Amino acid sequence: MTTTLISTTEFCTWHQVEHSFIHSLGDAGLIEITVVEEDEFIPETQIQRLEKMVRLHHDLDINLAGIEAITHLLDRVEVLHREMRTLRNRLNLYEGD
Amino acid sequence: MAFIDYYKILGIDKNASEKDIKAAYRKLARKFHPDLNPNDPEANKKFQQINEANEVLSDPENRKKYDKYGEHWQHGEEHEQYARQQQQNRQQYGGGQYSGFGGGYGQGFESFEDFGDAGGGFSDFFQQMFGGGGGRSRGQAKYRGQDFTSELHLSFREAAETHKQTLTVNGKQIRITIPAGVENGQTIKISGHGGPGNNGGPAGDLYITFAIANDSNFKRIGADLYANVKIDLYTAVLGDEVTIDTLTGKVKLKVAAGTQNGTKVKLKGKGFPVYKKEGEFGDLYLTYEVQLPTNLTEKQKELFTELSNLQS
Repeated sequence: MTTTLISTTEFCTWHQVEHSFIHSLGDAGLIEITVVEEDEFIPETQIQRLEKMVRLHHDLDINLAGIEAITHLLDRVEVLHREMRTLRNRLNLYEGD
Repeated sequence: MAFIDYYKILGIDKNASEKDIKAAYRKLARKFHPDLNPNDPEANKKFQQINEANEVLSDPENRKKYDKYGEHWQHGEEHEQYARQQQQNRQQYGGGQYSGFGGGYGQGFESFEDFGDAGGGFSDFFQQMFGGGGGRSRGQAKYRGQDFTSELHLSFREAAETHKQTLTVNGKQIRITIPAGVENGQTIKISGHGGPGNNGGPAGDLYITFAIANDSNFKRIGADLYANVKIDLYTAVLGDEVTIDTLTGKVKLKVAAGTQNGTKVKLKGKGFPVYKKEGEFGDLYLTYEVQLPTNLTEKQKELFTELSNLQS
């Protein structure tokens, strides 16, 4: 399976963020940075998540620790939403008749 | 259009300092930011209102204009122009007084509606008051466009196949591919198809929530399907072959002799397609419902009685 990689330079230019910010997210384990021939890339599948972190930082002045905590909580919220949806659909089986 | 009380939106006094405005905005922005309130259109709407209030009140020029005209904003500029015209008349002809909002001031003035679309999800009130060049801070602040939400209704069978659909969202037609296996209540995001960004900010996203109709034959949980199969007593006791419906057509099933009411059978791979996993399917679970005969003839009753005697 091929993975599309996005250059961090391109991402930083487009989103007007510092490379250092991306590196700090990588160091914190929040995103995965791949190095190919001395250039750094981010998997396309992580771009949406990374954009969210950039917005939290830029829009709301949230620091790295805050981004980490919020990201984990949002992941949990997403899981809970999915569980709720499944449970609602199951309940619908009994109420829907 | 209705006046919007920006002070009320930010929860501050009309005499609030710039520092107070900034603090109030930050506090509310952190509460209602779309990234911190996923799938919450009310929070998104509130965030837009907070941004707009901050746009006006944090810019001294905008704030001055807003404070000056307040609820009478619609007449504000027209009154100013009329007053200037009267002043010119007095200077030219000397003497005379004007009586404030007399007739005629509404004529010959630029329509505020001609300012054009300010973009970025601002209210009509904002666009009417500040137009396309409202305030110097508008040249600095970049805001992401608003997110749109939409609900798409699919039939049970439509949800079982990957297909394209055209939707109209905010006057624009968007053609999307819906993967097989979407679930009822599932939301997908189409990036960049929300409202336009402000001052070069990125466009918002479009969130589509699916409402999948129920099916009369199958109940669905995830990618698994559940169905009841009615079999008669003789099939249950003696065994036989039955033809049942699956999502993709009919299949023949061997019913073992001595099948009890409520017996479950699993047909592997005969369920619903797994979302975004082509070729993968859930399972179909069948529950046998043994139907006891009714309205027996006398002969049948006799035979059943005989059977009953043999049992004992």
